[in-house]
Amino acid sequence: MNARILLLLLWPFAVSAQGFAGLGTGTDGFSTPQQPAIFDFPADHGPHDDYRIEWWYLTANLTAEDGTPYGLQWTLFRSALTPDGGEGWSSPQLWMGHAAVTTPDAHFVTERLARGGIGQAGVTADPFEAWIDDWQLVGDDFDTLRMTASGPDFAYDMGLRAQGPLVFHGDAGYSVKSAQGQASYYYSQPFYDIEGTLTLPDGDVVVSGQAWLDREWSSQPLSDNQTGWDWFSLSFEDAKLMGFQLRQTDGTAYTSATWIDADGTTTPYTDGAFSAQPLSVSSVAGREIPTLWRVLLPDRDLDVIVQAINDQAWMDTSIPYWEGPVTVTGTHAGVGYLEMTGYE
Amino acid sequence: MTKAGLQALLSHWLRNPVQLFTLVVGLSLATALWSGVQAVNAEARASYDAAAETLGEGQFAQITATTGTIPQADYIKLRRAGWRVSPVVEGRLDGVRLIGIDALTSPGGIAPVGLNEGDLTVDMITSGILFATQDTLDQIEDYGVQTLPNPDVAPGVILTDVGTAQRLLDMDGMLSRLIVAPAQPVIQPPLADVVSGLSVRPPQGGSDVARLTDSFHLNLTAFGLLSFAVGIFIVHGAIGLAFEQRRPVIRTLRALGFPLGRLVGLIAVELLVISLIAGAIGVGLGYIVAAALLPDVAATISGLYGASVSGTLQLRPEWWLSGLLIAVGGTAMAAAASLWQLARMPLLASARPRAWAMQAGRGRLTQGALALGLLVTAMLLGWLGSGLAAGFGMLAALLIGAALALPVVLDRVLAFGASRAKSVMAEWFWADTRQQLPGLSLALMALLLAMAANVGVSTMVSSFRLTFTGFLDQRLASEFYVYADDAEQAAALRTYLEPRVDKVLPIQSADQGVRGLPSEIYGPTAHATYRDNWLFLNAAPDAWARIEAGEGAAINEQLARRADIAIGDEITLAGRQFAVLGIYGDYGNPIGQVIVTETTFETLFPNVSPLRFGLRMTPGDVPALAVELRDTFGLAEANMVNQAGIKAFSLDVFDRTFTVTGALNVLTLAVAGFAILMSLLTLATMRLPQLAPVWAQGLTRARLGRIEIIRAVLLALLTAALALPLGLALAWTLLAVVNVEAFGWRLPMFLFPLDYARLAVFAVVAAVLAALWPARKLARTRPADLLKVFSNER
Amino acid sequence: MLLNVTNLYKSYAGPDGALPILQGIDMALERGETLALTGESGSGKSTLLHLVGGLDQPDSGVVEVDGVDIGALDDAGRAAVRRDKVGVVFQQFNLIPSLTVGSNIAFQARLAGRDDTVWIKKLAARMGLSNQMEKYPEQLSGGQQQRVAIARTLAAKPALVLADEPTGNLDEATADTVMDLMLDLVAETEAALLMVTHSERLAARMGRRLHLRAGRVA
Repeated sequence: MNARILLLLLWPFAVSAQGFAGLGTGTDGFSTPQQPAIFDFPADHGPHDDYRIEWWYLTANLTAEDGTPYGLQWTLFRSALTPDGGEGWSSPQLWMGHAAVTTPDAHFVTERLARGGIGQAGVTADPFEAWIDDWQLVGDDFDTLRMTASGPDFAYDMGLRAQGPLVFHGDAGYSVKSAQGQASYYYSQPFYDIEGTLTLPDGDVVVSGQAWLDREWSSQPLSDNQTGWDWFSLSFEDAKLMGFQLRQTDGTAYTSATWIDADGTTTPYTDGAFSAQPLSVSSVAGREIPTLWRVLLPDRDLDVIVQAINDQAWMDTSIPYWEGPVTVTGTHAGVGYLEMTGYE
Repeated sequence: MTKAGLQALLSHWLRNPVQLFTLVVGLSLATALWSGVQAVNAEARASYDAAAETLGEGQFAQITATTGTIPQADYIKLRRAGWRVSPVVEGRLDGVRLIGIDALTSPGGIAPVGLNEGDLTVDMITSGILFATQDTLDQIEDYGVQTLPNPDVAPGVILTDVGTAQRLLDMDGMLSRLIVAPAQPVIQPPLADVVSGLSVRPPQGGSDVARLTDSFHLNLTAFGLLSFAVGIFIVHGAIGLAFEQRRPVIRTLRALGFPLGRLVGLIAVELLVISLIAGAIGVGLGYIVAAALLPDVAATISGLYGASVSGTLQLRPEWWLSGLLIAVGGTAMAAAASLWQLARMPLLASARPRAWAMQAGRGRLTQGALALGLLVTAMLLGWLGSGLAAGFGMLAALLIGAALALPVVLDRVLAFGASRAKSVMAEWFWADTRQQLPGLSLALMALLLAMAANVGVSTMVSSFRLTFTGFLDQRLASEFYVYADDAEQAAALRTYLEPRVDKVLPIQSADQGVRGLPSEIYGPTAHATYRDNWLFLNAAPDAWARIEAGEGAAINEQLARRADIAIGDEITLAGRQFAVLGIYGDYGNPIGQVIVTETTFETLFPNVSPLRFGLRMTPGDVPALAVELRDTFGLAEANMVNQAGIKAFSLDVFDRTFTVTGALNVLTLAVAGFAILMSLLTLATMRLPQLAPVWAQGLTRARLGRIEIIRAVLLALLTAALALPLGLALAWTLLAVVNVEAFGWRLPMFLFPLDYARLAVFAVVAAVLAALWPARKLARTRPADLLKVFSNER
Repeated sequence: MLLNVTNLYKSYAGPDGALPILQGIDMALERGETLALTGESGSGKSTLLHLVGGLDQPDSGVVEVDGVDIGALDDAGRAAVRRDKVGVVFQQFNLIPSLTVGSNIAFQARLAGRDDTVWIKKLAARMGLSNQMEKYPEQLSGGQQQRVAIARTLAAKPALVLADEPTGNLDEATADTVMDLMLDLVAETEAALLMVTHSERLAARMGRRLHLRAGRVA
């Protein structure tokens, strides 16, 4: 057996029978999110080692000077084998970084893995720095960040500046994920302006656009009967929408959404208010994956078509999934990011 | 209906149990030899693979420190600078090699550890798990760390997490080396800008161990194939006979309205079942053969190449499956012609057995032509062909051609014998032997191949041994070799040694490409040692004198062959031209080598200073000097090599190689002997009409029995006489064609007449043993049974 | 007396114990005599012939050929009798398939050391085999093969010629020709002939006749 398989087994996110990325596993000994959610910044920008899983998840819709749309992803996952543990190499903390750049006809992706406890990867809250190897998301505070990543065939170096406040999903940051009450702490900074340089095989490209950063941590966000999710972050001219559906084994879905006004005012929507219907699928990495959606939020008279800029935005990483930029047309026009997991 | 047909077909085996026995045993033996050899090979290969993977050598570049260890902080610096490297901690724990890796960053193919349950991950990282074979785990004390036996780890190696390894080896914060992943980011600073004191060693492209042991495995695989071929001859014979004898049954069944298609199907199913049973027996036997041979093979390989092979055998599914497959495939091959004939046989074809084994081959002419064609092909391939495939093609054409030619040649020899016969008994003996030939030819072909394989392989191994030991004599001309750890120590050593030994010969080398091929340049001191001991395969006149005068260089055979360099051609070293004045044999070395004088070398490579020295001295003084050097300079045992020790060791290794090939020799001969026995037994009953008239005219049964034995001896001797040149041709092909293509050097071939004579004796003994029972049976045939031949009662 | 058989007994092992074949046979044959041995199938006539020819061993009783008691001989002794004193023609498979017709005819004579090329040539000519000498038995017809067998038997000029249904596999016309040749040559060599036959017609051509019934002389 080779190291790759070992690695997959080693990585507790790995797809298991219980649900995508092991998110459906038990919580034994880990802390679980409680209501009411009370945040303490900047400390909460840093890691919460007593929770099983946590991420710093940034996506960006970019445009080059010639108008070509680009998508960009920078993600750092933290996963804990046990709620407490040793130092150095015996630390139970494992880190995984995913970076990607999507163009209308290409998708560059790379992955990094690291053990906690030895300094190869980690996050500090003040000053803020999240890193794995040479990739980093760093700044004096959370509002002004520099972001770098590199892979065998691409690299990027971007500057970010927040233009609005943090927004909190669900009940003030307590985001329920199933009818059984599984939940996570979930907040975002969807108001970054971003600009920088993409290094691609054909040369450097200067780009600018909008970025959206998600922070989420939990110990068991998925219910046993949930197999995966479809997550949308959409930006319209004067508002933003975060919506997701958690697909369940019986064919139904558990949905949740947050409407974000330009000033950062949020309106949370509980199960059923938001809905997303796949309109057509693409064959991606040997699977059928919906890349054209109809998304509805009747309460906001929203009825839009969400279409992938590049159908083949497949994240061929230890835990594979689909993540890429989208365009939005219909009652509201705009751009955004789509993430789909659990498609076999 | 199917049941009735099956019953009729199967009744044949009940009436002819010897035939069934021959078929099953022949197939079992063939499978056993094949799968036995395969098992030994697979086991050894799995061991190197595990070793190679553990070492990570060959496929990946590595970063090492001049100080020996790398601070963990440097590792983190490198990672954070964009270097995708993975840490390795390595050391000895109770004499066992302990290797710590980081599974998250190590490139694929590095760690052969298989984990069955994800739950192990937690323990592996937080408290540590030691993975190794049970044998290896038994060698270490209890360190309070969980152990997990795992057969995929190389023998003598414990694999664990880097943190656990640091803890057990007392290397906190230190790493032994870093493995460089093949894919690196597009943006990456140079190594020296990030850390100091570290250097990158490029990947070596394939495991050295595997390459070196390939020649040994080639040897074994060739043996396995030949053994199988020998077995298939037996199976072919048994199946052909069974088909012929069942013609009446088949005709009757068809006359009674049994559809031909179903009949063919039934027979095919019957053969499938028989071959599966025989294959299973064969795999079982093969396991025994392998288990008996493996300790010797393991010892041979670890001695020869320093690669550790587990001495115990595992039942790998791919192995027993391939054994069964080859049994079924072999049967299918052997039965194809018979089934095809049956399928096309007209209903009213003669129901009488065509005295199958008796009939002089009508196709003898075609067979002779085919044999000639194959032998010519073999010669053409040897002459014109190039590449390993041509070498193997040549081997195959040679062996099959010779096997097909055997009956034709024997027939001519026997006809000649008959024409020279004076007495009536002699005349009858030759004529009768000749008539027996078709029935025995398959068994004799088996004997021919078995003997040729023996001659060929033992010639190859013995030649290898002679050449290699000769080569060691040549290369290890100095009585004692010492290795300094650094330049400073080297200088001190030299000063210390010069008054104490006859001559200090510095050994210095530099790596350089020659005509685009990686090569080492050596600059030995001009000394009689080289002139006396280094023999050229090919050289210009006064080569040593001219090389010593700085006029040219000598190169090894590999380089000469690969770069197509001849004597007198020029090569460029560090910008200077050198004429090639000599080409020397350099066995076992994968890359090119060039020799210039010490002075020339110093001019070309002023920065290289010798760290190794050959010492000419009285052999008896070596142990005392070793003690002295250890006490004075703290030189480790590994830094001192006693030439006598190496030579004794390598001879020992070869002797173990002989144990393995010797055992295989005996087994193949035994299989061929069995083929002869079964053919003779089968022929015995069919031969009564040939023998009864002779008996009736005044010969005793005892004498007829004795003549049978003489006949077997004669045939064995004739076959041996033909096997000798074939075996030598085989050896030549292995040494001069396959070896050159595979490894780049040609081994000189030596002849071992005594070995061949002994082999001929073995073959005769095998033939006599095989003939003994049938002869005894004949000598005891009741007169009434002989008399039945003449009456209608038969 | 060339052949003297006294109180000869022979039985074979059968499925239900010993199966008596010959039960006290007495007979004699002079040089130059011809005797037809007739009887039903299983009456023991072939067995008697085999015992007389040294091809098998009697249980008791005496078989004397040319003054030698065959019953007292070992395997080698009986082989010598077969080689030197007796010639046998069987119904079939008389010939050595690996040897040519010429070699087959000369085989026994050469074994016995009485190789007489002139006589063999003459025999072959009489048998109409002169053009067949280099052929192999399987290339001949059944009648030709039996003629070779007879020539081979007479080539060594044995004192006693034994024939067991020598024409049993041949058609009537061929059988008559073969029989004529054999009788002529036996007479010429002054041998005695003991022939087992079913055929009344052939038996009538012999000097004497001995009829066996259930292992006894009838």
